[in-house]
Amino acid sequence: MTTETVRLQDVGQLERTWETPRTIRGWLSTVDHKRIGVRYLVTAFVFLLLGGIEAGAIRAQLARPELHLLSAQLYNELFTMHGVTMLFLYAAPVLSGFSNYFWPLLIGARDMAFPRLNAFSYWVFVLAGIFLYTSFLVGQAPNGGWFAYTPLTEAAYTPGLNLDYYTLGLLFLGISTTVGAINFIVTLITLRAPGLSINRLPIFMWGTLTTSVSVLFAMPALSAACVMLFLDRRAGMHFFDPAAGGSTLLWQHLFWIFGHPWVYVVVLPAMGLVSTIIPVFSRRPLVAYPLVALSTVATGILGFGVWAHHMFAAGLPDISMSFFSAASMVIAIPSGVAFAAWIATIWTGRPTMRVPFLFMLGFLVLFVVGGVSGVMVGVIPFDWQVTDSYFVVAHLHYVLLGINLFPVVGACYYWLPKITGRMLSERLGRWAFWLMFIGMNVTFFPMHILGLLGMPRRIYTYPLGAGWGTLNLTESAGTVVLVTGIVVFLVSVGVSLRRGAPAGANPWGASTLEWSLPSPPPAYNFAVIPTVRSRHPLWEDRVGDSGTHAPSELERGAVLDEGRETVGTTMLDAEPVAVLRMPGDSLWPLLTALAIALLFCGLLVPSVPISVAGATAIIACVIAWLWPERAELRAGAENSR
Amino acid sequence: MRWRGWMLAATAPWAAGCTTTMSTLDAHGSAGRPVADLAWLLIAMAGAVVVASTVAMLVALFRARRTDEAPERIPVDRTRWVVVWGVVIPAIILAGTFLWGTHTLAALSASRTANALTVEVIGHRWWWEIRYPGTGVVTANEIHIPTGRHVRLLVRSADVIHSVWVPQLGGKIDVVPGTVNRRWVEADQPGVYRGTCAEYCGAQHAHMGLLVVAEAPATFAAWVRQESRPAPAPRDSAAVHGERVFLASPCVTCHTIRGTPARGAVGPDLTHLASRRTLAAGAIPNTKGALGAWVVNAQGIKPGSLMPAVPLTGAELQAMLAYLEQLR
Repeated sequence: MTTETVRLQDVGQLERTWETPRTIRGWLSTVDHKRIGVRYLVTAFVFLLLGGIEAGAIRAQLARPELHLLSAQLYNELFTMHGVTMLFLYAAPVLSGFSNYFWPLLIGARDMAFPRLNAFSYWVFVLAGIFLYTSFLVGQAPNGGWFAYTPLTEAAYTPGLNLDYYTLGLLFLGISTTVGAINFIVTLITLRAPGLSINRLPIFMWGTLTTSVSVLFAMPALSAACVMLFLDRRAGMHFFDPAAGGSTLLWQHLFWIFGHPWVYVVVLPAMGLVSTIIPVFSRRPLVAYPLVALSTVATGILGFGVWAHHMFAAGLPDISMSFFSAASMVIAIPSGVAFAAWIATIWTGRPTMRVPFLFMLGFLVLFVVGGVSGVMVGVIPFDWQVTDSYFVVAHLHYVLLGINLFPVVGACYYWLPKITGRMLSERLGRWAFWLMFIGMNVTFFPMHILGLLGMPRRIYTYPLGAGWGTLNLTESAGTVVLVTGIVVFLVSVGVSLRRGAPAGANPWGASTLEWSLPSPPPAYNFAVIPTVRSRHPLWEDRVGDSGTHAPSELERGAVLDEGRETVGTTMLDAEPVAVLRMPGDSLWPLLTALAIALLFCGLLVPSVPISVAGATAIIACVIAWLWPERAELRAGAENSR
Repeated sequence: MRWRGWMLAATAPWAAGCTTTMSTLDAHGSAGRPVADLAWLLIAMAGAVVVASTVAMLVALFRARRTDEAPERIPVDRTRWVVVWGVVIPAIILAGTFLWGTHTLAALSASRTANALTVEVIGHRWWWEIRYPGTGVVTANEIHIPTGRHVRLLVRSADVIHSVWVPQLGGKIDVVPGTVNRRWVEADQPGVYRGTCAEYCGAQHAHMGLLVVAEAPATFAAWVRQESRPAPAPRDSAAVHGERVFLASPCVTCHTIRGTPARGAVGPDLTHLASRRTLAAGAIPNTKGALGAWVVNAQGIKPGSLMPAVPLTGAELQAMLAYLEQLR
């Protein structure tokens, strides 16, 4: 391994090795984690808009009592697809987008551990999303709620393709989520730059790491449930049919064993964004980093022990429910730790009120509101009153918009300059923030009151005499403001792309490795593999937290320009142990994803020939994908000599 | 408690214009009131935490901006502060919340079988079947209960999951196929309490209302006596004709009228239809016009409901309505 400084003219070889050709084939076959990350972000925002259109239709229908803008059937499809879209196709993928783009940049690597798997996971995500949305084209979109409780979702009560789109679509999407999670975990464990020991991990990564591990344990419960429901519907089985010895509540248990950890999947990385951005704009390191990292992990673990609080009204024994109630109280404590650390960071820092920071402050307020209402519904007798009422709708939207959307938009203002090389307008950013913040509260706060006033969820209309009209109209008006804020944000992204001020390498004076690179970063990320000796490699002169160690080396290190290579390091201390060869661009990830889509279409129709063709194509594509390249064969032969 | 009255007054504008409120905070009876008290406590706790946190954030911003100290000179370690404000204080609040909740749960769970009235509530898509075991009373969408007496609800499902929720009388209980769930309610004063299905159950989940009619014990006893009788024989000629039309119509495959050959078990029992306040689980009032519209065009009123349109001539419809209107 050569350790040297690379001058500008020396990076030509790296460029030739890592650059994806600007052709259609290149576009389809690229494995560059940065391009994949941007695709995730763009696709997730497209789904955010689709889910937003669905929400807009819902709010229009509910603006006044007894409206008939939407039929009951269409309304039920819209609220189902709104939930499915926001939770599965926006909230998690948008965080995967940031993680994909920045994972290797934060740890000083040249790509993800499995670059082709990364491309594959994106293609599966987008194809699964398209698969789910084709249900609208045939007029049979999922209509059982995102939670799809049996037996309503059994063929006897919901014939048609609606729920088959749901079960197959989520199974399909689960492939993407699972391989993505594996990729994040393995990359973090093996590809950190020398010296980037586990206690120096950028705080954002703890969120995505915890989430990725949670996915590996949670997703199988959902996939199993979907397979069982599919078999009930299509093969005459009776997993969820009590008349034949099945269990109605089995579905709920499986769904929420997946579902509650999933809530943390879509918020923990976003809380990681907050823990990243608040210190940058407070101009001081995060207070109590070890506690925040540990509380992230603790939340992920505890998240598996609270699922039955979604079932408090289902008639479970009091004593079992009390355990889940207690666990639901305990899980608030790690959030308390994070909140105290954020406040302490601002308290001891010197905040600069830029737009990303503004979104974090908004987040802090929404986080507390969503958090305390979460504690309230963890109390069993109170939950009996408000579960399945608009109170819960208020709670979950404070959690999901507050802890996902606000940090995500804030992170766009923070990180897009790195991705695009151009700054976003502060003025438009402030407009976007205030519109979103006011719109969010006007839309969702009254829902708490509506729930207490007895308005149940998932009703397509409500009677005039119920007294819910004024608050509903207020909420619908708030939605207009919220949507306007999001549109202003999207416009500001467009304006920035056209004529934003050049960002330079480190416009915010941030501390992590990605800001040592030009904006946008080159295809190979790092000209030399850096050596890291502190948690804040770019702040060492300011906070001096490298202790007794020598400073980090960002300009000297291994060049590794003889092919696609990066450094492999040990799990805890990040000692360099290997030079890893990385695979290059390939069409097989896309083709494999298409083959899986073919199989799922065959299962949906259902058509045996199409299914068999799909299954055969999958096997063929995987064989072709894994077929050793000539260079690898030659290397293997040399090694054995 | 006086403060509850003040708080109710504060929320009253939202409920203005309601004939019958569904507010969980305006609770009646010994199952609803402890939960309303718990709710107010939780609201107060939540409000205090939100205000305190927001103030802490603003103080942090304000205080920090005045600091002249360079950040690198500020002591980095505030771990103890984080432990106190992030672990210890939240843990105390959470433990208190949990204990109050458990206390309320225990109060609600204590056995109330002595002298309790048992009512069976059976959820259907999209209406409620109500039975009074041992009396022969079968009705729909209306639970009559005597005031001052505990009423044990045994809830089960004829099809999918539903949930019984009468906010003013207490929390909801899911109606789960394959099991019988239990919950007790009690009303301390006469009144009509509105309820609804709270678990999404398909196309017409929005129109699955339920009324709890609390009456003085004597009035309730009279109601049970009346409802347990078979249908009164029609007297006037229109009603006599109407009965014949009804019994010859497809209605009998789904509906029962006790005392006649109509023995269908799919839809609501119509024996005392005219005594009910609403039709179609609260979707429409129980008037002659609404009933006629429902018979000939149920899908127009409640799309997706399992009630088909009944093909009748105008004269047949009028006769059938005359018959149904006297089923008291």
